Order: sequence, then C-alpha cells, then structure tokens
Amino acid sequence: MPDILEMVSVGAEEFRSGPMPVSPVSPKLWQQAAGDLARGQLTLLGLWADRGSVRMALFNSTTGKVGVLRTNARRGAFPSVGALHAPAQRLERSVQDLYGHVPEGATDARPWLDHGAWEVSHPLGKAEKAGETASYDFLPVEGESLHQVAVGPVHAGVIEPGHFRFTVQGETVVRLEQRFGYTHKGTDSLMTNAPVERGAKLAGRTSGDSTVAYAWAFAQAVEAALGATVPVRALWLRALMAELERLANHLGDIGAICNDAAFAMMLAQCSVLRERVLRACDGSFGHRMMRDCVTPGGVARDLDGTGRQMLLDLVADIRGTFPSLVALYDQTASLLDRTTGTGIVTPALAARFGAGGFVGRASGRDFDARRDLPYAPYDQLRFEVPCHAEGDVNARILIRMAEVEQSLSLITQILRQLPEGDLLAELPVAGEPREGLGLVEGFRGDILIFVSLDAKGRLANCHMRDPSWFQWPLLEAAIEGNIIADFPLCNKSFNCSYSGQDR
Amino acid sequence: MLEGLLRRPLTESAPKVADEDIAQLGKLFEDTLYRHLGRSLSIRMVDAGSCNGCEMEVNALSNPYYDLERFGLHFVASPRHADVLMVSGPVTRNMVEALKRTHDAMPEPKWVVAIGDCARDGGCFAGSYAVAGGVEAVLKVDLHISGCPPNPIQLLQGLQALVHQSAMDGEVA
Ligand code: SF4
Repeated sequence: MPDILEMVSVGAEEFRSGPMPVSPVSPKLWQQAAGDLARGQLTLLGLWADRGSVRMALFNSTTGKVGVLRTNARRGAFPSVGALHAPAQRLERSVQDLYGHVPEGATDARPWLDHGAWEVSHPLGKAEKAGETASYDFLPVEGESLHQVAVGPVHAGVIEPGHFRFTVQGETVVRLEQRFGYTHKGTDSLMTNAPVERGAKLAGRTSGDSTVAYAWAFAQAVEAALGATVPVRALWLRALMAELERLANHLGDIGAICNDAAFAMMLAQCSVLRERVLRACDGSFGHRMMRDCVTPGGVARDLDGTGRQMLLDLVADIRGTFPSLVALYDQTASLLDRTTGTGIVTPALAARFGAGGFVGRASGRDFDARRDLPYAPYDQLRFEVPCHAEGDVNARILIRMAEVEQSLSLITQILRQLPEGDLLAELPVAGEPREGLGLVEGFRGDILIFVSLDAKGRLANCHMRDPSWFQWPLLEAAIEGNIIADFPLCNKSFNCSYSGQDR
Repeated sequence: MLEGLLRRPLTESAPKVADEDIAQLGKLFEDTLYRHLGRSLSIRMVDAGSCNGCEMEVNALSNPYYDLERFGLHFVASPRHADVLMVSGPVTRNMVEALKRTHDAMPEPKWVVAIGDCARDGGCFAGSYAVAGGVEAVLKVDLHISGCPPNPIQLLQGLQALVHQSAMDGEVA
C-alpha cells in the first residue's frame, strides 16, 4: 500500500516553479493521513473542498516537503480528519457549510460559517433554499458556581466582529468558546469562474492588514500553475512591500498590546512610527497599505529615486527610535508583570496546530516560510528567525520586536541590491486545467492559497487559508486559568484575523 | 525593578505634526461642530463585514498625527452613548441583525456614516450569497466616505462634512 509520507514529497523549488501535483487517495489512505497528523508526523497546512472532492495540504517538518491529497466526496461524505486531529475541525465544519460534504465520524457537527442567514444552504455545492435554522448550541458546561459571559459580535473597540463565550469561576476563565463567521463574505463563490485579475483584487481584500502578503500568495499560486516567469525586479519589490507591511503591523500591534496592559505611552510612540511607515508606503508606492500593488505576473507599481530615499529615511528614523522603546518595555516592571506568564501556549500545542507566525515562534515552533519553504528573493537575503519557548504574551511581544529589526535589515538589503528590469510579465495561456500552490509568510504567519485554473485560465476554484485558522483555537487554550480581565491583552497578543478566517 | 520605577521614560514625547490638511480641518470643526453640537460628537464604530482595512485607518485616527479627540470627536464603547454610527464593510448577512440592533440602541438624534467602497454597495463583494449589500441595504445612510480604505484625512473630511451638513439642516439646534 502506498505510504502517505511518500506522497508528501514536493520540495519548495518544485511547487514554486510549476504546477502543484495532487495525489488522489482512497478514503482509507485519507484516514491514514489523519492518523499521521494526529501522531505529529505531519503538519496540516490546509483542508478545503470543491464540488466533488476534499483536499488537504500537508507539511513534513523533518524533510521540509509538502504534499496535497485529494479524496472524492463519495455520496457527499468523506472520512473526518478532525475526529483524530482537532486542527482540522473548523475547516471541516466550513467545508460542510459551503459544499455539503459531510465529514464522517466528526465529533463536532455544528455549522461554523453558516449562521442560518444566507437564504441558501451549501452555496458552493448543491445550493438549496435554506430551511429553518436551529439555534446554535454552545458546548455545555457543568460545575459549581460557574457563570457565563457572552461578548460580541459587536465589541467595544474598533475591531472586527466575533463572539466569545466565557465560562468563569469567580474571575478565572475556565473555558472560552469562540464563534466566528460574522464577516463571511462568500469570497470563494466570487472567485469561482472569475478572471485572475478579479481574483487578485479579492485576495488582496481577504484580510486588509495583510493585503500585500495575500496578493503575493495568490500571484504565486497562479504563476506556479501556469509556469510563469516573473521579472526579478518585481520579486524584489514584492519582498520590499511585504517587509514594510510586516513592519507597520508589528509596530502598531506592539503599541496596542502594551496599551491593553494599561501602558498607553507605548501605543502613542508605536502608532507614530506605524503612521510614518504608512506615509512612506503612500509616498513610494502610491497607497498607504500598498493595495493592488502586487499582481499576477509582477507588480503594478515601481519604486523611483524619491521613493527609495523616503524608505531609507524611514529605516534610519525607526532605527533611531525603536531601540529606546524596546529598552522602555524591558525596564517597565509593571508592564512585564502583566505580560509575563500570561496567556501561555505550550510548545506541544503550537506544534500540533502548526501555528504559524509569532504565535508559533513564541511557543518553540521554529518555522518561517521565507526560510523553510523559500521563495525568491528571500533565498538571496540574510535574516534570522527569532524563536522563544515560553509561549506567553511577553514572548510574542519579544518575537515581534526582534522581527521589526529583521524587517528593517531586509528593507535595507533590498534597497541596496534592488535589480533593474521589467515589472510585469504576461501570463502564459493555460490551455488545460492547472493547479498551483502559493505560500507566503505574512506578518501573522504563513498564508496558503491554492488555485485551480480552467483551460481558459479562469479560476475554477480558489482556497485561501489564513494563518488565523490554526491560531484562534490556541487562544481558547491560552486564556484558560487566566483572569477574564486579561483577555483583551491575550487576544491582542495573538491579533488573529476575523475576516481572514471568515472570508 | 527600583530603577524601572524611578527612572524617567527614555523616549521623547510624540511629535505633533502640523499637517496643513489636519490644521485646516481643525478650523472647520471649530466653526461648525463646536458651535452646533456642544463641542463633541460621539462615534460608535461597527464593522459589518469589512476586510479590516477600513478599521486600520479608523484606528489611525487616534494616533498622535490625527489625534481625533482634539476635534471633539471620540469613539465610544456603547451605542447608547453615540451620536454617529460609523459602519464599514459590505454588510454580511451574518451581521445584519447585529448592525440593526446596534443602531436601535442609539438615542436620537443619530447619524449613520458608511465608510469605504464596500459600504456603498458591497464593493467587490457585491452579489455574493453572503452579502446583503452596502449599509444602505439595512440602514438609512447620511454620509458615505469612499476609498479602499479611505485614509484618515478623508475620514476627517467626511466627518467634518457631516457636522456641517447637519448644522445647515438645522437638525441639531
Ligand atoms: S472598502 Fe476596501 S478596505 Fe474597506 S472593507 Fe472594503 S475592501 Fe476592505
């Protein structure tokens, strides 16, 4: 019998330069893969569906190889992966909501994205008029002197909508249960049969704070599917924009986390730096968030001499100010008291969920797609990937502070070595159905995008997996045993995307 | 630890940049808002399904560059304290009810400001089974501020226009 581990054998150089091979597997082998995941031999990168089948993307951290498996949804069902491996549960619940494929043996059969407000059920499968909707059952809790606190979907601050159900004993949280899907926009359905240009626009609007990383991952997937060659200058400019995006988000969030620990001064200082990054992006690329600047085939904006100087000045400015903010953080005992030992994610849990980004790296999961599944131009740049094992709010802040420095260094290197040349190459014609995988390290973690193109080069299917899918569940674990008043602090230290998850 | 308690912060205070656009807006607010609305306007923000890009720029309004509060504008946590409901995003079907309820909870008089291209008509998400449309599909909109996302200056200009308009209409006596 073929071995799953042998199917997870595609190296980065292969899937980054050509179509992604997909291995069709029997339900039995599919289940075997679920077992490998549960045993920790593989990491789940994503699980999604089309009308007739379900797929999952897997990563072998020992060999650094990836693989995509597909199994037919026979009579509308497939063996549940989530039954053995919890990180797949919400993805499977979404597959069932959108396509109607039933994960057989699943322990949690509740809907995830479908709140009963769509007028259709299984909109991407055999869409039917929606029937009566049952009310959503939160998990039962039993015990002495417990009470529940329900928060959201509309929150007090200027943030995205989502629902949090806390079960508390006194001040201590004994369980948090999340409910999302409020910002579900049906993006997958809008992608279906769309030309890639429209797909790129939608991808860049999946999680607005990661617009560059999403647009890049989408472009990668399309370019790989078509075997397109992208001009070198465009690749370097993409990396420049991606690092600016990382910088802006890290700066903003470091300030915001400290603010949630009642240290408002850090917020003021960091938000000034963040604003300067956004203005420099506006000055050099024509948009504060560089929206629609990365496009399949290359980039839509060039960097001129003025823009270059603006960015050099920006780096010098932040280099001059940021170290004193780091020192301030390090020396403010009242702040460290709040962040240290709060909201712990254990390394075992981070590894099991394949948590990306600073959430994973603060809990010992030493993974960064830029280094471990390399893509140009990062293979030609020098950078370090910071990693801690403590897994608390403090560790997540320290990782992000270190990454600010790394991004500054990367921006400098890119500005020094930026090659001349074209910005955009025409995409080759498909001629036959093609599939491609894109994987980009956004500020929040690795974003996976898988596209299926039809013979005309239009999108037959597009799946976008935000890093938040594998981070949100860890927040439920991290808050347990903490006081409810520390929730905003813990939540901000994760800063998961609602829209990226809900899509 | 003692050192941490006793030492003065290392950093200088954040600079207030005299941005021409911002200064001009401040003057406009002074002329209308201060005269007509008793110097303050409370805003309740609801993300009705946005990509979060609009929220990022709304949050930027509070940074020291724009410092929204000095114009007498501030964000409030409860709709019961709000004069203005600011809404971003295409309104997803999953958010229709929460949006309506938030609006219902606000006291009169109240205004609705839709921000971003999505909030006008659903933007690039229009036509999906999961999207009800722009904010107008659910609530009467008093002002729309376009952009994807609108930048902080555009947001301030929009709010200024709203204050001016309502003062002109004599709705706020
Ligand atoms: S207008 Fe643009 S930034 Fe705002 S929610 Fe829509 S896509 Fe996002």
